[in-house]
Amino acid sequence: MRLTTEEQAMLAGAQGPATKKAMEIVVALANIYEAEELVPVVSAQVAGVSYGNLGDAGLGFLQEWADQGARVKVPTTLNPAGMDLKAWQELGIPEEYATRQLEIIKVYRAMGIAPSCSCTPYLIGNNPGLGQHVAWSESSAVSYANSVLGARTNREGGPSALAAAISGRTAKYGLHLEENRRARHLVEVNCPVESVADFGALGYMVGQKVGDAVPYFRLNSHAKPALEQLKVLGAAMAASGAVALYHVEGVTAEARTGTVLADDPVTMTVEHLKEGYEALDGVARDIDLVWIGCPHASLKEIEKVAELLAGRRTKAQLWVTTARDVLNAARAEGTADKIESCGGRVVADACLLGAPIHEMGFGSVATNSGKGAFYLLSHLGMQVRFGSLFQCVEAAISGRWLP
Amino acid sequence: MKLAGRVITEGHAEGEALVSREAIGFFGGVDPETGAVVEPGHELEGQSIAGKILVFPRGKGSTVGSYTIYRLCKKRVAPAGMINAESEAVVAVGAIISDIPMVDLIDISQIRTGDKVIISGDTVQVNNIDSL
Repeated sequence: MRLTTEEQAMLAGAQGPATKKAMEIVVALANIYEAEELVPVVSAQVAGVSYGNLGDAGLGFLQEWADQGARVKVPTTLNPAGMDLKAWQELGIPEEYATRQLEIIKVYRAMGIAPSCSCTPYLIGNNPGLGQHVAWSESSAVSYANSVLGARTNREGGPSALAAAISGRTAKYGLHLEENRRARHLVEVNCPVESVADFGALGYMVGQKVGDAVPYFRLNSHAKPALEQLKVLGAAMAASGAVALYHVEGVTAEARTGTVLADDPVTMTVEHLKEGYEALDGVARDIDLVWIGCPHASLKEIEKVAELLAGRRTKAQLWVTTARDVLNAARAEGTADKIESCGGRVVADACLLGAPIHEMGFGSVATNSGKGAFYLLSHLGMQVRFGSLFQCVEAAISGRWLP
Repeated sequence: MKLAGRVITEGHAEGEALVSREAIGFFGGVDPETGAVVEPGHELEGQSIAGKILVFPRGKGSTVGSYTIYRLCKKRVAPAGMINAESEAVVAVGAIISDIPMVDLIDISQIRTGDKVIISGDTVQVNNIDSL
């Protein structure tokens, strides 16, 4: 592998022990993946933020790195935390959890990272362009960056994305290389795919089947999917499988600009979404919490929730998770306040998957997110109902899941 | 039987093999406090990976999985070593920051649960359970 003089110096410790450690991780990955060289990155997205996911061990790991002088070299955004960094008390987050969570944020700030705390950095300004190299973690954001934006990143782990941010480099292998970005799986979707939940169900099914391959979708009975639908499609495939890049004919960045479907692809036909819904939707009747915003809600989704609530009172708790900047926009136009006046909450900075939801007394959760449903079931052992945004909002109103 | 692969994390580890023919997602799939596999329907569901030589084709799932491996390590419920058919970044970085000996590019169909396995650098020594 070729390293530049500057990279060799970083690896030798010329920029201090923190940069040396970052280079060691980057170079180890480059060796594993037989990269010929490293590539400078224009941005990073760092996962491993919520105290629920990191625990004390993870906090200790980050603290040590920061104490060694770790500072990022490129604009870097953070994944969600386990709570709203401002309104955590109102959400009933235990104080001990909150204290640890704020310590984690402080450590990242010390490294020069803005506490954006969102899984949708592309909605708040971390928006790389076609062909640009980045080092992103957060599997759903990776999928969005590669697929919708046409930027180039592998599925970095939290520590490897941080290592890339600190060194300014990542190993040039995998999806950084043109030849690995072509689809060898063609997915012919013949049934209607409409709601965000439909796209989540479809993503769940395809992710299970293709693993880490690149699928190419032909949506035969659907108009062009919106940003909101593309983000859940990628998120679900990255959760049930390890899909980091997909193409949608006529829609995603590279599918619009070139030939990305390999000759003689393995073809899979989807005639209905039943399999996806059956795997993700449970049997609970009473709903404690309704969760919208996985990945984080766009302004349009917040507006839609306010519209569906239509001034009614919620019986179950309703959380709409989003980025702080998007919340500010929703406040400015009054939609966040509309949701709150109905009894719902618009929660910034947070992901429910990292929040202390058992301690908060939630047993059953309804969501329209395929990724959310998948992890609530598998990671948190929750009772889950999975359906359309309309069904979810009705469940928030009645406290019951209505078929 | 001796198998040679590629070093992900240099080191020496010995233990009983726990083999999964399915990929493993650490975040969501393994309890970071106990080392038990909790992914519903996974072939290892309910089994503990603590102290085992964990043999599986590759990682899958959320990138937070690297920290899950680190947490397992600090709780002393991590695998003693890991062997992959072909490793990916989530598990590889988890192994590197946790200093868990790990090798990939191994024909894992040669290893069965219960076999005594020794990882040493890029070499995997497998003592088949039936031949002991």
